[in-house]
Amino acid sequence: MYYIDLAVTGISFGCMYAMMSVGLTLVYGLLRILHVAHAAVFALGAYVTVLVANATGSILLGFLAAMIVTPLFGMAIYRVMYEPLLKYRPDVPLIASIGLLIFMQDAFRIVFGEQGITFHRNAFAFTTFNIFGVTVSAVQIATIITAVVVFTALHLFTTRTRIGIGWRATVSKPQIAASFGIDPIKVRYLNFAVGSVLAAIAGGLVAEMNNLVDPGIGFVVSYKALAIIVLGGLGSVRGTLIASLVLGLVEAYGTIFIGAWLDRDAIAFLALIVLLMIRPQGFTGARTA
Amino acid sequence: MSAYEISIISIIGINVILAVSLNMISGFCGQISLGHGAFFGAGAYAAALTMVGSGSVLLAILAAVVTGSLLGLAVGFASLRVRTDFLAVTTIGVNFLFVGFVRKQAWLGGEMGISGIPASGFGPVGNMTMILLFAAATIALSLYISRSWMGFAFRAVGEDEGAAATLGISAGAYKLAAFGIGTALAGLAGCLYTFFTQFITADAFDFIFSVMLMAMVVIGGIGSTWGVVVAAVGLTLLPEAIRFVNDYRLLVFGGLLVLVIRLAPGGLAGVIQKAFLAVRRS
Repeated sequence: MYYIDLAVTGISFGCMYAMMSVGLTLVYGLLRILHVAHAAVFALGAYVTVLVANATGSILLGFLAAMIVTPLFGMAIYRVMYEPLLKYRPDVPLIASIGLLIFMQDAFRIVFGEQGITFHRNAFAFTTFNIFGVTVSAVQIATIITAVVVFTALHLFTTRTRIGIGWRATVSKPQIAASFGIDPIKVRYLNFAVGSVLAAIAGGLVAEMNNLVDPGIGFVVSYKALAIIVLGGLGSVRGTLIASLVLGLVEAYGTIFIGAWLDRDAIAFLALIVLLMIRPQGFTGARTA
Repeated sequence: MSAYEISIISIIGINVILAVSLNMISGFCGQISLGHGAFFGAGAYAAALTMVGSGSVLLAILAAVVTGSLLGLAVGFASLRVRTDFLAVTTIGVNFLFVGFVRKQAWLGGEMGISGIPASGFGPVGNMTMILLFAAATIALSLYISRSWMGFAFRAVGEDEGAAATLGISAGAYKLAAFGIGTALAGLAGCLYTFFTQFITADAFDFIFSVMLMAMVVIGGIGSTWGVVVAAVGLTLLPEAIRFVNDYRLLVFGGLLVLVIRLAPGGLAGVIQKAFLAVRRS
């Protein structure tokens, strides 16, 4: 039963990683930027969720507020920081992005304190169910259900609506899409907005899971998300989803088997390096490199 | 000179070696590496173990350089398989892996690091002089390489691997050379750092430090040796200069990073070049 517990933990972490990193993949697929500052968006989502939930007493309102604030922030990052840097080597926007993450992280520390903030009321985090001897927490179930709903919605949006199809067209062939009358700039904003909403949801769920938001919340996750999107084949949403689940499981089991030898955060990168040496193009094998 | 000044100058020298050596890999040869801290750390740990074991300065320098470049060559081989952004993330991985590994190893001191490392015997001023001499040698080497055939080959590989291959330049060999030389120097810097502090922990070589080094390269102007030297000195002094906002140090650092890159994406070298062109045109 212990191993099944680990699987549940791994899958729920995997779902969280997926919501966190799909935004990164979307940005990379469109602009070829490693959007590290996405972790700041994620952290902002977590903070807004907790603050609004505490102010109103409703966790749902907290999530809603986060989903309104973060897309604005995400789009502002694109407009103010990335747009003027697009014509430079990829390490230029990357360093700017890391700079913004460092800035935001310290800003959160200064405003909300080193210790971070917690939910006043979060019965949710400590509710556990026992299903056939497997212990599952309410947050884990919520994370998995949310991920399934969100990604189904995203799939329907990109395959069934005109906007979604235009979006995909722009990602795969920007010039041709533009000649068909799709505005590539609007697509970029849409991209940042959708990615940021997903990150906000992931941030809120992590806040639930730990019952805590501290300034470092985005830091390690951000680099893990980079590992995930690279594993997924940079720019491939499907690859990213697979990689997220695999990483969640590898971490859950890896911590048990090689935890004495390597710390949890390094396991992700060990998996990354081993896999990249075998498959340099990531899981999906799209030749983007 | 006060002890404070000596220590600042020593750190500047070490950072200059690190930034200039990273510039050889990322600037000249175009291989983005965000894990330079790992090679620096490998050198520092190798030197520390050698000093504790034998107390020989020469052996320590040798061990650090060899360890740094061996790890660098391993990553260099990875760069033959994965490219551009894949490589950037792989090198981030190498850095996290290094820190994560060292923290769990009892023989490397684990979380506590290695303390009480025997002194080099040169005293603080002697150490500083040695560091500055090595820094000057590194700058000279970088300038020499940039003008040599090897420098041309590096730039060709960095600009366009396919085109370089067409000209008969073996991209793989030059990438390995860039990683080998650059990381050997990082190992050397690690050894000098060990002499300087006589106490090391894994945290000194974390990813943020690697970002700081990459920031020196980008702000100095990718590929420009003198630009990178100036940026290395500037970014090392910056935390000292903004000591009055000590509590907001990271805030200011992050903000300045964004601001400088946003305003001068070509780095210092780019700004000077533009100014030069403007003067000539007028």
